[in-house]
Amino acid sequence: MTRILTYSCYDLLRSRWSYAYFLFYLITTLALLYFSSDLSKAIISLMNIVLILSPLIGTMLGAMYSYNSREFVELLLAQPIRRRDIFLGQYLGLAGSLSLSFALGMGIPFLIYGVQVSAEVWNFATLLFSGVMLTFIFSGLAFWIAMKQEDKTRGFGTAILLWLFLAIVYDGIFLLALILFEAWPLEKFALAASLFNPIDLSRILIMLKLDISALLGYTGAVFQQFAGSTRGMFICVLSLLAWAALPVAGFLYSCKRKDF
Amino acid sequence: MYSLVTQAIKTCLLLHLMYWLCPALGAATLEVCPDGCAYSSIQQAVDAAAAGDSLLIKPGIYREHLILIDKPLSILGQEGAVVDGQYQGEIFRIRANDVSLSGLEIRHVGTSYTEDQAGIRVEKSKNCQIFNNKLSDTFFGIYLAHASNCEIRNNQVIGKAEKEISSGNAIHLWYCKEITVKDNLAKHHRDGIYLEFVENSHILHNVSEDNLRYGLHFMFSDYDDYLHNTFRRNGAGVAVMFSRHIRMQHNRFEENWGPSAYGLLLKEIYDSEITSNVFRKNTVAIYAESATRIRIAQNDFLQNGWAMKMLGSSMDNTITQNNFISNSFDLATDSRRNHNQYEANYWSEYAGYDLDKDGTGDVPYRPVKLYAFIVGESPATIILLRCLLMDLLNYAEKVMPVLTPQTLLDERPRMKPYPRNQSFNP
Repeated sequence: MTRILTYSCYDLLRSRWSYAYFLFYLITTLALLYFSSDLSKAIISLMNIVLILSPLIGTMLGAMYSYNSREFVELLLAQPIRRRDIFLGQYLGLAGSLSLSFALGMGIPFLIYGVQVSAEVWNFATLLFSGVMLTFIFSGLAFWIAMKQEDKTRGFGTAILLWLFLAIVYDGIFLLALILFEAWPLEKFALAASLFNPIDLSRILIMLKLDISALLGYTGAVFQQFAGSTRGMFICVLSLLAWAALPVAGFLYSCKRKDF
Repeated sequence: MYSLVTQAIKTCLLLHLMYWLCPALGAATLEVCPDGCAYSSIQQAVDAAAAGDSLLIKPGIYREHLILIDKPLSILGQEGAVVDGQYQGEIFRIRANDVSLSGLEIRHVGTSYTEDQAGIRVEKSKNCQIFNNKLSDTFFGIYLAHASNCEIRNNQVIGKAEKEISSGNAIHLWYCKEITVKDNLAKHHRDGIYLEFVENSHILHNVSEDNLRYGLHFMFSDYDDYLHNTFRRNGAGVAVMFSRHIRMQHNRFEENWGPSAYGLLLKEIYDSEITSNVFRKNTVAIYAESATRIRIAQNDFLQNGWAMKMLGSSMDNTITQNNFISNSFDLATDSRRNHNQYEANYWSEYAGYDLDKDGTGDVPYRPVKLYAFIVGESPATIILLRCLLMDLLNYAEKVMPVLTPQTLLDERPRMKPYPRNQSFNP
């Protein structure tokens, strides 16, 4: 498995995509830091970018890579290697190389601007963690879809739709529900509903650091407990890890029964 | 050695002051100590003293309460002089003019649900001086009723308040005039400093923190000012209610967090000035209800949940030259109309341009976001803060305002924050 992992990783790190992704984050972060000159403001602006882009790129490249390496996979399957190792290796190679591009692209400018000695170091770490988690979750989901869907176009479509749903549509439905059922006690529902969307989850994780003053304005015992202590962060991190495990378990399960 | 010398100097100065204040010659100094002196209790010495005398309280623990001071006296505690009320009730009650009380450690005031028992109570007197005292475990700390021309300076008042209903205020002024409250520390009470029917008074350089309700509370008090104070982690920093002509300048409001926590709560207040303050990390920095003709200028609003909540009943206020930096919401209002003037502020969210390079943005800024309106309507939507959908909705509303007040805008938003000199010392 390690050999497949390193192979995929090197393969991807040499591709244009990784460089483009790395350069994109590098330039955006540098520009934001240069123009806002304030670390916390740059972190807020970057949060919006990370929350949209990391899942999108994860989904796109995940789907693309698994469809494009189809023939290579078939070749490997002819060898005495466990299926699990092949797919897990490929997945980790992809998610790892993407995360590396992302972390370096965003990390280098922040280090230049001295984040490690500023008060924002934990906010930055949270953002970095969220970005990496989202990359892993969404490339995993894309792998799973590619495994299930033979047709490339359909697979891509499904993956993009899934991203669109989680990034925007889900929040829309969520918002409507909150407004329509305003008369009911909603705090538990609101918290639970955000656990079922990894993008919302990462957003809340970052907000627990950056916008705590606003979050604590909401009256509600459960909510206060969630936002006012470290419990909220703990729950968010755990749920994100669970989210990362889910698609991996999914595609490993379906790869065993798939007829190549 | 050092403290002895300073103590001696203090004593000298005080005695000097006393002679200067009371030309009646022959003012004596009575010494009080637990044993070995002429008097072993403060009350005995007070009873024996003549008007204008001084009392020197030597180190030791005096277990006394309800010490009634009914003549002009100067009471000076030496380092280590402790008056312990043993939770029996009030400790000092001053009912005469020209009394000074200083240097004492006063502790264990009794809690009562029917009486406002205090560490030091001043009633119907003039020219009192209360300074350098340390009050701990008090119900009410320093309580002035019907007093005028007094100075409360450099006291530490630290309580043990747990519930609002069973706690009192650190410094409490009621029906007073011309009082100066300066350099005090008020902690763990219901309100840090409380003023009701107080006029022409000055609250300066105090620190009020960790109080259950308000750091500073004004009710029906006109023509007062509070400057250079720090209000930290209180239920609300400062509440100004039913008052006129209040000056609030150079204060810091920090970390007042919670469901109904405000940096500054304004209610029925008129003709006042809020300038050069710093609001940092409060849930709501300024909450204004029926606030009228107030000038809010040159303040810094940093990382608050809401920089301002301006309800529709607030009118004719001017908000100018402030810095709004990294707040989750700059402004929220419940009204579709705007009766206040927002001009020439710096808003860190502003995304306009400045083609003529005059430092002022060429397109107006709308401080009220659609999302702030939605959160006002259904508070649970706060969970969707900063999501992509909200940004899209905000953008749509910015282009075509439907729900947010159309005329609420800053026509001349600044491109760069106003520089502030941070020389201010809390």
